[in-house]
Amino acid sequence: MIPLSWYLILSAALFSIGLFAVLARRHAIAILMGIELMLNAVNVNLLAFWHYWSQVKGAPQVNGMVFAAMIFVLAAAETAVALALIISAYRRHHTVVVDEMSLLKG
Amino acid sequence: MSALQWVFIIASLITVGAAVMMVASHRMMHAALWLAVALLGVAVIFVTLEASFFAVVQLLVYIGAILILIVFAIMLTQRSTEAGSRLNSLAWGAAGVAGVIWTALTYVFIRWVVSGTPMQELGASFDDVVLLGKALVDAEGFAVPFEVASVLLLAALIGAVYIAFERKGEGS
Repeated sequence: MIPLSWYLILSAALFSIGLFAVLARRHAIAILMGIELMLNAVNVNLLAFWHYWSQVKGAPQVNGMVFAAMIFVLAAAETAVALALIISAYRRHHTVVVDEMSLLKG
Repeated sequence: MSALQWVFIIASLITVGAAVMMVASHRMMHAALWLAVALLGVAVIFVTLEASFFAVVQLLVYIGAILILIVFAIMLTQRSTEAGSRLNSLAWGAAGVAGVIWTALTYVFIRWVVSGTPMQELGASFDDVVLLGKALVDAEGFAVPFEVASVLLLAALIGAVYIAFERKGEGS
């Protein structure tokens, strides 16, 4: 049986890599990929806790599964809107590098 | 160590390695393919958690839909992607922040002793998909969040089409 802390350490690693991608990459789509990685880390966490809580209770619990399904829905909606925004911004400014999208900077 | 633990270790090493390669790769298309490997590794992790339904959903939604969208967006914006450095000036600070967060969390998790609650293996009579399906349409359960999520998806669909639609007299 796999200890719960192994899942948490893996999920923390995925979250940190995603955080680095969000903070450091210049390409807008790379930043979006970092967000996807962070959402996946959250899902690993939720399903790990769901699995062990079900084992403590002795029967499958439904709340954790619904939470994980909601994260999937949110990830899909977020990606669709973000990619539409990126394509729209590319059409106006011919760049997807976030440092160069500085129209509001005064 | 048991076979399941070896499966977990190999899958998590592949996942983390692919995620690092995704962050480090110079070309966006390579980054997207490394992201596919990382998402596949997460699906294997879901299998080790006995969440087979979510492993399938991970394959269908992430690798089947979201990744295809990302690849499309990369191809549509190809012309400007290869220019310049791939990391901004904050890269060292960002690496420091991410490293400190991971080290602190790992320290906490290693020191954290789970109390000796007795656990029962759930075995094969484990019908989680039926349970989830019933909970999602049960008015006492999660029917309202389920409907709100479907409205959210519809709004995202229409909004994405509206935003990305090319109007006349604008853009190039």
